[in-house]
Amino acid sequence: MLRIPVVRWGKPYESLETQKVVHFLTGEPIAEVDQANGGLVSRDLRKADHARKVLRSIPVADLVSRIKEAGKLFATATLPLGNGTQTPDQFVHQQSATTGLPEQMCRNNMKKNSFVMENIDTILDALTRGLDLNILAKGYGTESRGVVVSYQCQTPVLGAVLPSNSPGVHTLWIPVIALQLGLVLKPGSQEPWTAYRVASAFQQAGIPAEVFSLYPGGHDVGGAILSGCRRAMIFGGEKTIQQYAGNPRVQVHGPGYSKILLGDDKVDQWEKYLDMMVESIFSNGGRSCINASSVWASRHTEEIAAALAERLGPIEAKGPTDPDAGLAAFTVEGTGKAIFEMLQNDLRESGVTDCTAPYGPRLVEHERCSYLRPMIAHAASPACAIATKEFMFPFATVVKCPQDKMIESIGYTLVGSAITENGGWIDQLSEATNIDRLNIGPIPTNRLNWLQPHEGNLTEFLFKSRAYQIAESTLVHA
Amino acid sequence: MSTVSTELETAIAAARKQLDEHTYETVQWHFHPSTGSPFWLAKAKELGFDPLTEIRTYDDLKKFPAFEDDWLRGGPIERWRPKGLDGKPTFVFETGGTTGIPKSRMVVEDHRTDYELFSATLPDQYFPKGSNWLMLGPSGPRRLRLSVEHLCQFRGGICFCIDLDPRWVIKLIKKGWMEHLEEYKKHCIEQALTILSANHNIKCMFATPKLLEGLCNALEERGQSFADTGITGIFSGGTEFTPQWTRFCIEEFFGGPPEVSGIYMTPTYGNTLMGLACSKPVTAAEGYKISYYAPQPRAVTEVVDFDDTNRVVGYGETGRVKLTTLTKEFFVPGFLERDEGERERPFETYPWDGVSGVRPFHRLASSTTVGVY
Repeated sequence: MLRIPVVRWGKPYESLETQKVVHFLTGEPIAEVDQANGGLVSRDLRKADHARKVLRSIPVADLVSRIKEAGKLFATATLPLGNGTQTPDQFVHQQSATTGLPEQMCRNNMKKNSFVMENIDTILDALTRGLDLNILAKGYGTESRGVVVSYQCQTPVLGAVLPSNSPGVHTLWIPVIALQLGLVLKPGSQEPWTAYRVASAFQQAGIPAEVFSLYPGGHDVGGAILSGCRRAMIFGGEKTIQQYAGNPRVQVHGPGYSKILLGDDKVDQWEKYLDMMVESIFSNGGRSCINASSVWASRHTEEIAAALAERLGPIEAKGPTDPDAGLAAFTVEGTGKAIFEMLQNDLRESGVTDCTAPYGPRLVEHERCSYLRPMIAHAASPACAIATKEFMFPFATVVKCPQDKMIESIGYTLVGSAITENGGWIDQLSEATNIDRLNIGPIPTNRLNWLQPHEGNLTEFLFKSRAYQIAESTLVHA
Repeated sequence: MSTVSTELETAIAAARKQLDEHTYETVQWHFHPSTGSPFWLAKAKELGFDPLTEIRTYDDLKKFPAFEDDWLRGGPIERWRPKGLDGKPTFVFETGGTTGIPKSRMVVEDHRTDYELFSATLPDQYFPKGSNWLMLGPSGPRRLRLSVEHLCQFRGGICFCIDLDPRWVIKLIKKGWMEHLEEYKKHCIEQALTILSANHNIKCMFATPKLLEGLCNALEERGQSFADTGITGIFSGGTEFTPQWTRFCIEEFFGGPPEVSGIYMTPTYGNTLMGLACSKPVTAAEGYKISYYAPQPRAVTEVVDFDDTNRVVGYGETGRVKLTTLTKEFFVPGFLERDEGERERPFETYPWDGVSGVRPFHRLASSTTVGVY
């Protein structure tokens, strides 16, 4: 069987504890993954400075070209993995088999990750707002306008506690190597595949192995990464967000509560935007933080909800290899049923209508997994609890709310797509602090422009802009 | 298929006979009106059988309902003291108590007896008689703190202790105050470093896995190693004491097995109710497997079926850990621990069943806070 070791600064380490990752439908073991312990991580992190030193010894331009090559390898090559190798097709199959995501979604996520690597120069240009990367590498330099600027790196490595259920999020940490910081990753227990394949592709493209550590393991491993890395990111639910809120060392990625807001000037033509709404709710199986979980309008909300239900309600759960599969399975026992029961409580509230009820049962249970077919609810007011709920499947509430109450009622919104041409309202939306990514016009919430920062700029998280004065006489030699 | 030598078979039979006799005597003591505790004398009236006449062997204990540790909450504590021990100086040790009333166990001398028996299992080469100890574990109304001190004194040494309030640690975890948790851990480690730097000839220690790891890390951050402390014998315990953790500690913090590094670490398993189960020596050759054996006949560990808790599982099979305590001070006829593990075979040193791979019981694991200090 494929055995995937812990990787300690590039060196494989076989643990006495292993965990089998299994096929979500059959229970067939796919791989045996070595498990690290928290103490091992803490001890290794004392050598984190070495990773940055190694990367700083490589010119940024070289790193960039190697990462571009890595992007190609990630998408096309047979790469070393543990005690074996992995082709791109095997990667897709393995990822689908252990996460419950349909293979076509795995392929799409694979493309996203390789896109980021192959376009790393453009993406870094956007992330740094056009800064010469040599200035980041050196720590200071003179901008084109003749001003000395300095960026102080806050950590030698980025730590990341990665999820099992959303392989698209890896695009967030991939650019770190180009910024000359090492990577300390805890792969998701069901999805070790992406982290290992990215690291393997990087190494095959000439990035030194000693800048990567991969620690599959339990909660103590995640805790050790978050407490031991001076900058780390974690993916989790609402509880995780609250736990790390206000911690400058940790960037938390959780539910997005992304939304579509229909302005009064456009709502009467709502049918024109139905495709965009469907895509925002349904793409990637509704699993992403950038999927819309609600649609807000002041009128026609019952009709919008009925039309969305008519489009999404009939969608069936299909097997992972079916090219038309659009829903991901819940692979943890009882999860689908628990979510469904939670929703039933919300649907019983006065003013809430279950619009997909006429399209058959939503909960589909199999022996080892379950699916939830798309659900659309209508809420007569923002006060209904369901108006601000988000779940890991295609689910959305159409909420009736006057336009002038919308911004204050929607709560935190990772992606807000506002369909309006009303200049006054656009101005208010632009000023709103509860909307992170703002789209003006009928842009689906899931369509991210890669040249825009996502949930906080990575370079601002890792580098601190600071004063750096150099005497005129010294500047010429600097 | 493994074979058992005649000598071992004889030893197993003798141990079983001793356990049956000890069970009979213990039950007679706890249920006789002249010696029994108010709690068990009152409980006897609800049992539907007479323990004095119907409990003759260890297996007869299955007639008792499962012991509920909630019975230990609240007082008066005297209800647990057998009349036969009236007038003896009595300790109370507590467990739990982060919120609400803790569980209390009265003790006269059990903790001393248990640790004196444990002392005989410690190799003098690494735990030199007469040397001083450091107790890097919980303080307060805990059995462990006084027991370790007694162990040290019994071996002719003086024990240095730190202040550590595990109830506060659990509160920090439940509140999610992880930075405070980290600082509190540092506070404990600093106390240990201060004691170790004060020239007290400390050669042995008790430490929980987390605190031992914290101490080793703190030493390495100062450019030192654990060997620099001069400590050669460590005893530790808890479900976090896994084979992988043991290997990590031995290979990376100690610099190798005892014969190379001169540092010996032994795991133990126990609690306030039972006492202390010892481990078979842990070696790389056996994959750092940790197997615990209770101090029979004073205490017994069994590995039982998750649903039928009177059925012991087969050797090598997984089940829930069931504890029985049979001393003159305390009678616990089968308490289902919050742990699970695999049933281990008897061997020459301990001719009775053991348990390995101890870890939190999977059906309760998510609600159990482990390794808090």
